[in-house]
Amino acid sequence: MRGSDVPWLTILGLAPIVGGVVLALLPRGRALLAKQVALGFSGLTLVLVLVVAAQFDLDGSGYQLTEQVDWIAAFGVHYALGMNGLGLTLVVMTAILTPVVILASWEDGDGGRWSSASFFAWMLVLEGLALGAFMATDVFLFYVLFEATLIPLYFLIGGYGGLGRQSAALKFLVYNLLGGLVMLAAVVGLYVVSSRAGSPSYLLSDLMDLEMGTWTERLLFIGFMVAFAIKAPLWPLHTWLPGAAKAATPGSSVLMVSVLDKIGTFGMLRFCLGLFPEASQWASPVVITLAVISIIYGALLAIGEDDIRRLIAYTSVSHFGFIILGIFAFTTQSTTGAALYMFNHGLSTAALFLVTGFLIARRGSASIADYGGVQKVAPVLAGILLLAGLSSLSLPGLSPFVSEFLVLAGTFTRSTVAAVFATLGIVLAALYILLMYQRTMTGPLREDNRHVTDLRGREIASLAPMVVLIIGLGLYPQPLLNVIQPTVDATLQHVGVTDPAPVSTEAEEGSR
Amino acid sequence: MTAPTDLLLATEQAPDALAPVAASGVFVLIAVMILVPLVSSALLVLGDGPRFDLADKRGHLLGTAASLASFVIGVVLFVTLLGRDAGDRSIEQNLFAWIHVGGFQVDMTFLYDPLSALFVLLITGVGTLIHVYSIGYMEHDPRRRRFFGFLNLFIAAMLTLVLAGDYLVLFLGWEGVGLASYLLIGFWQHKQSAAVAAKKAFVVNRVGDVGLALAIMLMFAQLGTTSFVGVAEGIEQVSSGTATALGLLLLLGACGKSAQVPLQSWLLDAMEGPTPVSALIHAATMVTAGVYLVVRSNFIYEGTEAARTAVVVVGLVTLIAGAWIGCAKDDIKKALAGSTMSQIGYMMLAAGLGPAGYAYAIFHLITHGFFKANMFLGAGSVMHGMDDEVDMRRYGGLARLMPLTFGTFAMGYLAIIGFPGFSGFFSKDRIIEAAFAENVFVGIAAALGAGVTAFYMTRLMIMTFLSSRRWKENAHPHESPAVMTAPLVVLAVASVLGGFLVLGGWISDWLTPVTGYETHELAVPAWVFSVGITVLVAIGVAVAWATYGRRDVPSTAPEKVSFVTRAGRRDLYGDAVNEAVLMRPGDQATRGLAVFDRIGVDGAVRAVTGGIGATSSLLRRAQTGFVRSYSLTIFGGALIVLVAVLAVNLA
Repeated sequence: MRGSDVPWLTILGLAPIVGGVVLALLPRGRALLAKQVALGFSGLTLVLVLVVAAQFDLDGSGYQLTEQVDWIAAFGVHYALGMNGLGLTLVVMTAILTPVVILASWEDGDGGRWSSASFFAWMLVLEGLALGAFMATDVFLFYVLFEATLIPLYFLIGGYGGLGRQSAALKFLVYNLLGGLVMLAAVVGLYVVSSRAGSPSYLLSDLMDLEMGTWTERLLFIGFMVAFAIKAPLWPLHTWLPGAAKAATPGSSVLMVSVLDKIGTFGMLRFCLGLFPEASQWASPVVITLAVISIIYGALLAIGEDDIRRLIAYTSVSHFGFIILGIFAFTTQSTTGAALYMFNHGLSTAALFLVTGFLIARRGSASIADYGGVQKVAPVLAGILLLAGLSSLSLPGLSPFVSEFLVLAGTFTRSTVAAVFATLGIVLAALYILLMYQRTMTGPLREDNRHVTDLRGREIASLAPMVVLIIGLGLYPQPLLNVIQPTVDATLQHVGVTDPAPVSTEAEEGSR
Repeated sequence: MTAPTDLLLATEQAPDALAPVAASGVFVLIAVMILVPLVSSALLVLGDGPRFDLADKRGHLLGTAASLASFVIGVVLFVTLLGRDAGDRSIEQNLFAWIHVGGFQVDMTFLYDPLSALFVLLITGVGTLIHVYSIGYMEHDPRRRRFFGFLNLFIAAMLTLVLAGDYLVLFLGWEGVGLASYLLIGFWQHKQSAAVAAKKAFVVNRVGDVGLALAIMLMFAQLGTTSFVGVAEGIEQVSSGTATALGLLLLLGACGKSAQVPLQSWLLDAMEGPTPVSALIHAATMVTAGVYLVVRSNFIYEGTEAARTAVVVVGLVTLIAGAWIGCAKDDIKKALAGSTMSQIGYMMLAAGLGPAGYAYAIFHLITHGFFKANMFLGAGSVMHGMDDEVDMRRYGGLARLMPLTFGTFAMGYLAIIGFPGFSGFFSKDRIIEAAFAENVFVGIAAALGAGVTAFYMTRLMIMTFLSSRRWKENAHPHESPAVMTAPLVVLAVASVLGGFLVLGGWISDWLTPVTGYETHELAVPAWVFSVGITVLVAIGVAVAWATYGRRDVPSTAPEKVSFVTRAGRRDLYGDAVNEAVLMRPGDQATRGLAVFDRIGVDGAVRAVTGGIGATSSLLRRAQTGFVRSYSLTIFGGALIVLVAVLAVNLA
């Protein structure tokens, strides 16, 4: 482990939260200033992330830039932060998406229940808490941050969404609280195990070496896994997501699906595999089965869905299935692919939610049946929607392809059956994306779509970073893979699995 | 593991392809060939909006120049390759590490060898001609600049496909041409039918892609590599079952891209695209990518008799099905599309014959590229003069009014039916000969196919250019401008002369380092076949003449026709089968699942949340400040804990 004199990670996590507080203190009626301040703080956070990334040593193993202070000594709780490759990947993603979302949501907070300043304040607070969750190396601290993220999002959905936002927000909250409670029980259980083994500690590094009884480990694993599976979401615990995505503003949906839900898959990789390696192996057949069901099930529902926002939510259920499949197939390729998938799904889903958000705001309807021929009046919007859609269906050359193929190729070496079924998902993905594009954008221009205008400068600017990254990382993903792979190697070594060797190892040696 | 003897033979025959040398000198331009149209495409597509008047006026010139630049590089590289010894004609250019994760090592690597060299010339050569033609054909389209952007994208993707040195890089090009095809079929997006056809093409291709993707995964799992060189080296060590699986999965991919049965249904609909697109993508180049894939993977098919047989069967079935459809269609483009299916069936059949057929598959692919592009562009020229009419029953007597179009089309016609001396005569005969050497019944079917080809092509010629005038009232047929007829002339010349590639056995010698080569034993001298096939062709022509030439062609399609014709008109019920087997059940499944999700899955969970929701509204009302309300709060908290505990125990 490598410490640092400057507590960079704390600064990084606090920056957006300070921004949120500043926004809350701004005088009322200064909406434009509030937006500029929000954008400024999210930009500052991105700069800080880049500073941290520059200090990150690719060859270093384990956590870097660590900070550790005792918090509740009696329970062994610490304020402990650290950065590894997986964490850095998601921190970068969060830091990129937040300013994008703020820019794209410029007017979305205006018609809400509270002021637009508080809309952006909640966004910044959410960013800070999510960053903290990705950096926490103390299980209790992680739990607190994990739960705390629910609060800003609850207000974002309940206060600023569309029709049915109250009940959607409540459903979201209750679902996730339930998961959180199950996890709380497991967190308490960890304390018991840890204190029995000597002095109690919630430090990840201490807990990872803990000896547990087989069934203790399995039960604790289930406790964590249920919470993460609700968050991710994994079939059959996914039903809160479509409603929440439908009611939320597009920006809130991005923060929810692209960032917040990633804490679920991130948690599986860091905590389930890290703390309960044997139980993870024990559960993997069941989890893999559920993941494959998610892939197919989410895709089928997306095909039949008429509401654009619910459709995107279902595609995410399918994509999260790929991520979870990759994690639990336990191969270097599949698990690295899963981690990369988290990043790429963040980009592509953000692009989809935001560009369809612009469309829905113009037309005043999210029902696909209300559209037709829009590309004629809004060609740029149509082009970006198509690109975002193609990235969602993992077209080679775009970044999600790399992660999806790594997941599939890795899974294939472990479980051919699961890989074959998951691969069928690529046909369904083509269907749900292209059907949606066909029905909204092509065909004769409908009279009631004639007033739809093309994207404006601010809107294009908010989408541009995603477009550039989706294409750039599709053709040259290696920098990110280099960041992720050391973490995955260490995790899989900890789980105690090695990649299945090719049938002809001689061929492997001969080829390179 | 012991390798079959024929496998050993083949690898002895083709040792050089396995040891490519690194690109140096002029060969560093390999990647530039791809990059030029790619950059041009980006400029043309992104330069959108009212501020780009100049781009609108000059964009097509940039697009054409980009394609021409690739062609010039292709020629220079080809000449350089010609000057090398047969053993040194395999050059690898490794650009950068694309995806390196543990044992999964895929580089952005290109392989330039005799096989890809021919494809480069075909793609960029025919491609450039079609760019030129499109300048005229798309002149009045307000989105012409974007059309050229998509054409450039196609050229770049197709070059990636044939120059790839790794199956995953090939997949990149493979999906890239699929995207270009999607964009171009649906280019006239305001037409519902075009948009639907574009989506159908993409989705059906994706079914094939499942095969290709799984094949790549299987290679990685079995061999730890997906590069051509690595797979070729390691393939001897896998079991024959694995080799068969690989062969069949690749064949599935090939069926999608090359519109082979059972994934043929998209090609006929794809004719919704502008005609230059049909010529370039859906006749000359992209649809032959499946044949390329099989020939390129010859080292896999060497080890699996079963997969080779499957390739032959698919080719044979498609050959017949395509010809059948070609006979029944009145839409000139769809008749040509059926013919394309059928001709690719010939190529596929040849590719399934192994080293005896690979060279002839590629030979026919090239000559077909010439004469079919020629005829599609000719059809476009006819449509251009006939106010976009595609129904051949409303044509007739156009030969005199469109002499250049007629003359060049006639060259393509003579080439495809295999008139002695024309390119198709050489290339198709070789395939039928090789088929006879393999199996008499396959040979007979292939030979009969040639007769049917002669029938439907003669029918098309008569209905379009000869016979009585059946035009619609406002039709004013006229010859197309020079910018359109010039490419026709070049392609007509190529259709006539393309057959010379086989003189002195050049094409098979040229490809031997890549594919190996076997001569086949024939029971009778080759000229007997040539005469026999020519007789069949003559019969086909005569029957068509008797049916359409000597009688008047009705200007509406007759209703009372045989089952054979009805089936052909309906694409042999391919769409009906798809709808009954896939689409309708799929539709019901998604609808059923949506209900299940709402009532079943969500309902179960909502029972829990509903209870809690009720509790919380109770709690809200209880915020009164009275002590008794706080006892209620405590009760509520206890309830939540209870639910939590239950959830833990149930989980």
